[in-house]
Amino acid sequence: MPQKHRRLTEAALFWPLCVLVLLIVVNIFLTRGFLTIEWKDGRFSGIIVDILNRSTYIGIISVGLTLVIATGGIDISVGSVVAISGAMAAYLIGGELILQGSEQILVTRTPMGVAIVMALLVSTVIGLWNGFLVSRLRIQPIVATLVLMVAGRGIAQLITNGQIITIYYKPYYFIGNGTLLGIPFSLYILAFVLGVVVLVTRKTALGLFIEAIGSNRTASRYSGIREERILLWSYAFCSFCAGVSGLLVSSNVKSADGNNAGDLFDLDAILAVVIGGTSLNGGKFNLAGSVLGAIIIQTLTTTIYSIGVPPQVNLVIKSVVVFLVSMIQSENFRSLFRGGSRRLVQLTTRSGI
Amino acid sequence: MVVQQESKGKVSPPILEMKDISKYFPGVRALSRVNFSLRPGEIHALMGQNGAGKSTLIKIMTGVYHPDGGSIWLDGAKITVESPEHAESLGIATVYQEVNLCPNLSVAENVLLGREPRKGPNIDWKKMYATARQILQEKLELTLDPTAPLGSYSLAIQQMVAIARALCIQSRILILDEPTSSLDDTEVARLFVILRKLKQEGLAILFVTHFLDQVYEISDVITVLRNGEYIGTLPTKDLPKIELISMMVGKDPLDLAATMARGGKKEESSAAASAGVLPEQEFVRAENLGKEGYLKPINLAIQKGEVLGLAGLLGSGRTETAKLLFGAERAGEGTIFYQDEPVTIQHPLDAMMIGMGFCPEDRKTEGLVADLSIRENIILALQAKRGVFRYLPRKTQEVLAEELIKELGIKTPDAERPVRSLSGGNQQKVLLARWLATDPQILILDEPTRGIDVAAKSEILQRILDLKKRGISIVFISSELEEVVAVSDRVAVFRDKKKIGEIRGAQIQEHTIMRLIAQGETEHATETS
Repeated sequence: MPQKHRRLTEAALFWPLCVLVLLIVVNIFLTRGFLTIEWKDGRFSGIIVDILNRSTYIGIISVGLTLVIATGGIDISVGSVVAISGAMAAYLIGGELILQGSEQILVTRTPMGVAIVMALLVSTVIGLWNGFLVSRLRIQPIVATLVLMVAGRGIAQLITNGQIITIYYKPYYFIGNGTLLGIPFSLYILAFVLGVVVLVTRKTALGLFIEAIGSNRTASRYSGIREERILLWSYAFCSFCAGVSGLLVSSNVKSADGNNAGDLFDLDAILAVVIGGTSLNGGKFNLAGSVLGAIIIQTLTTTIYSIGVPPQVNLVIKSVVVFLVSMIQSENFRSLFRGGSRRLVQLTTRSGI
Repeated sequence: MVVQQESKGKVSPPILEMKDISKYFPGVRALSRVNFSLRPGEIHALMGQNGAGKSTLIKIMTGVYHPDGGSIWLDGAKITVESPEHAESLGIATVYQEVNLCPNLSVAENVLLGREPRKGPNIDWKKMYATARQILQEKLELTLDPTAPLGSYSLAIQQMVAIARALCIQSRILILDEPTSSLDDTEVARLFVILRKLKQEGLAILFVTHFLDQVYEISDVITVLRNGEYIGTLPTKDLPKIELISMMVGKDPLDLAATMARGGKKEESSAAASAGVLPEQEFVRAENLGKEGYLKPINLAIQKGEVLGLAGLLGSGRTETAKLLFGAERAGEGTIFYQDEPVTIQHPLDAMMIGMGFCPEDRKTEGLVADLSIRENIILALQAKRGVFRYLPRKTQEVLAEELIKELGIKTPDAERPVRSLSGGNQQKVLLARWLATDPQILILDEPTRGIDVAAKSEILQRILDLKKRGISIVFISSELEEVVAVSDRVAVFRDKKKIGEIRGAQIQEHTIMRLIAQGETEHATETS
């Protein structure tokens, strides 16, 4: 029995799932109608649907970031990429209302498809730059990506000319607001990205190579792995994911804000990856765990709002919960407890109690 | 009172004496009853192969380790060195191999770090710069800008600054651990001028190096350690190089496998000769392969199905040659030919594509991927060769890993264990398995027998001969001359980052190699052209 029990607690997703269940249980008691899902206007709606929908922003980024972190690196520029991507798409779609006869007609600057492709392309190029700095010039990842974390905000604001661009083009709203078979379209995107990445990393040798690089870069190189190339494209893909997230965000809020869009996404995404059980030291990674981590973070955020925590303390509450989650995740912390209870037992038996 | 046996006829009494020093680490006897004494005004070279116990002895001297047996005497009084700080306060200063200073701080800060002159709560910068300048000038005759960052100076100067730092604590004993390993010839000359000056001032200097020439140039006395044992102390002028090398290398009886190996080899070579098989089927040839400050240009040919031994002391250029051949380090000059066609090797994968494999010297940092399982470690190189997309099916991986585990006798309950759970010898076998999986034609093995027990050693040697029988060429690097002699068909001898000669057949004997190393340049008399 204890061995079985042990195997369960050591399973990769055990602790993150525990946290999620705990959050849900708390919510069932504190939030009215938390579990209710209604069919309204041809779509499912409810708090849970809302949480899942919103968690896609961080979820998609965390998939890309997991790969980067598994190589032993980090990317803190993803928040800025979210802003750039949104700004790029919004700018290219543009949209002016023109009176044609008695009808108002909206004219886009470029077709929506082109705008989306361009936004994703720019995001990927930014990632290639990060990857170049890390893999070729061997700059520490946190420093290399810090450059664009700062500069990226500037670039986004240049694109939007310092304004918040409002998007009037209706079809664009679908990406972040639309539903398919009653389920938010963004969830399909998340599922697609996660599915493709899981498939590519586990059905090809890419996952093995990434883990090898994160665990020992020199040994991987000496084994013939083209480690520079893999690093380069990991960063590029991570940035691409941030670009997708940027499209979702701008579509959802129907505007692009160079200054605030994607703010703190970098830190939330890192947190999601860590909660999901991928070590910041690199090596073994868990993609599903990272998405689970993103859902946990969003559940927490929503919970804080819905149970009416005053806005001035909600960041404090969030940080306390995050602290607890990372404690539960920490192997050392848990063994402290195990050891502690064992020590206690020893102590009591020795003193004859 | 019976102490002075060895030091008859010496002028000055020793400042530091270590008697019967023993030190044990779990499962290893690092030092066993080692004696060592150091006199003021002498430069004392401490010599020995890797693992001889040099650094353990130094660490005991400087308080990093505490001896398990024996005593340390300073100025005739018995002492215990508690810690490195305590050693400094006793006047024992150490300059380590890697300059461990802060390159982005100023020269003055580096010299006086932790001892900054103060003006109230603040650092007295003016005084600090003045003091540093003075120390550098008076002690080392060095005029530097004490405000410039240390990193802006060459490695040699940084080394001097490290010495200056050691000297400003009023030390009487200066320990230099491989101070010249990263210096070029002129820089070494410069360092030696200063060492001689310090010696004249009465400082006792302990000097550890792998460069034989430097030992003979600078040292007065040599102490040799081998396998944690004290071999002897002799004045440098009374110890010819060849004898020094034989003291360092030892003449341990050959173990079983080596003897077997030798028998096998003779048999085979005579068979080859009688069968009239083409003896020279050149496989890979390097011409003028070298890199500035890393390896002086060498010529080297590897023939099909031979064991080519690379012999030489540590840091002589053996590993460097291997890394340049394999593309682990990018060559600065020279060409590599594969079956007489020039090939570009920029990355290990390029070398692997012409059938090379490389087991690096440092298993932990360059070989094993600790987070991965034994299976994953074994298939890694083969998978890299196949590329990302042609992923080996899990079943194939398992079969391959199982086969190699069985073939090489890797002791593990199953292939899914993390590789770090294995012992040293078994880890080495996993590395070997990784390359065997790629079906190599040339296998470069850098110190494959280091740090593993005797049984595993002879197994690895036996394995090398088996591979040779299969027609695989082996480049075998080892510090153990007897191993090189036992398995090699041809031996390239290295010294001071340069190939100095090549011997073959009956010439391959320990004393021939030692003589070559001792003589140094042989005008390539023995090299085949």
